Amino acid sequence: MSRKIRILISKPGLDGHDRGAKYIARALKDAGYEVIYMGIRQSPEAIVKTAIQEDVDFVGLSLLSGAHNELFPEVVRLLREQGANDVIVFGGGVIPQEDISYLKEQGIEAVFTPGTPIQKVIEFIETNKERVLH
Amino acid sequence: MIGKLVNGIIHGETRSIARAISWIENDVPQKEELIDALFEHTGRAQILGITGPPGSGKSSLLDRIIEQERKRDKKIAVLAIDPSSPFTGGAILGDRLRMQKHTVDAGVFIRSMASRGHLGGVAGATSDSVKVLDAAGFDLIVIETIGVGQTEIEVMNIADLVMLVLVPGLGDEIQALKAGVMEIGDIFVVNKADKEEANRLKAEIEYVLHLKTEDEKGVKNPIFMTSATENTGIEELVNGLHEYMQRMGENGTLRERRRRRVTLELKKIITAKIEAHVHKFLETGNNLDVWIDQILRKKTSPYKLINEKVIQILKELKEK
Repeated sequence: MSRKIRILISKPGLDGHDRGAKYIARALKDAGYEVIYMGIRQSPEAIVKTAIQEDVDFVGLSLLSGAHNELFPEVVRLLREQGANDVIVFGGGVIPQEDISYLKEQGIEAVFTPGTPIQKVIEFIETNKERVLH
Repeated sequence: MIGKLVNGIIHGETRSIARAISWIENDVPQKEELIDALFEHTGRAQILGITGPPGSGKSSLLDRIIEQERKRDKKIAVLAIDPSSPFTGGAILGDRLRMQKHTVDAGVFIRSMASRGHLGGVAGATSDSVKVLDAAGFDLIVIETIGVGQTEIEVMNIADLVMLVLVPGLGDEIQALKAGVMEIGDIFVVNKADKEEANRLKAEIEYVLHLKTEDEKGVKNPIFMTSATENTGIEELVNGLHEYMQRMGENGTLRERRRRRVTLELKKIITAKIEAHVHKFLETGNNLDVWIDQILRKKTSPYKLINEKVIQILKELKEK
């Protein structure tokens, strides 16, 4: 038996700045995870459908347009609605400090802002992966 | 737990299908029981393999094929295989990027699959995953191979028919392809047919095919010219796929291929099972270093050592 952690990286919303998302995808691949890269301008519905088809353990959302307070919680809500209760959602992008606690209340378990060392993201996945091993 | 999963799969529930594929990929202990339980529900889907060099437009073409098949109300599942890093085991799976418009269509299921060290263009989990999708009631299951070259022939042992996608401008590529992957193609596609030299490529393929089929009467591999980006030639291609499939059913090729598939599968299972038992019996994990040292110190030689072990196993078997 060989369990692999699968992570979906996607950008909800309308901004096209995918450098960060691509960097994270690449770095997570180098850390040994299987990364499904979905790219820019995805609706929460499409992200959730993909997460379920791909049976991912984590969903990473990147957003720089300012619509994070609407779109990030919507992804979590739809995942739960579909019965995907075990999928862990995290986010990244230009997100003001004061929004982070709100997002965490809404079920986004970690928010990584610009300048975060990639090691922090990997640590987050490593400390939480036990929860998703099924 | 298995009963619930099986039930979910045969009712076409996405979460059950997705979880079952993960079980197969992760090689969980319940995997065999799951596949056996699904087995009676398999055998209805058409299985298409798509292969071809990187950048030939396999995913974009597949996107168009899905579009056509959806118009005909077919349910489609895709297994898109990408390579795992041999160094970290990680992977970036990006094939579905080109098929995004089908994401929210309930009649389409797309799953990205990392090769996880398996060679031959597909993943070790691909053939069992096809069974899950078959049992789930998809009409067409498409396997998109990694797309790296001539040794990518395993898809032939999983699919009913194989479509080889080529593009102009690869230079001598087609020469190199002659021996390997060229031989496994049933249907040939010259994609990016809007480019110059597309006709020359078609002529080259015709030439190679002519050499191949010279002494096989009645075998004809069609060649289609498409442009996935300009959406031309797709309907002809999809019609061609259906016609080819029908012909395969009529002339017995399909039955032959499915028989060969079972043959290969049984051999594979036998080998894997025996190997596991042998390693357990010989305690290879613990003893391997000792044997290596013996060989390096010239106390014995590789064949001699292993033949002794084999005799030991056979003796044990007889006594039982």
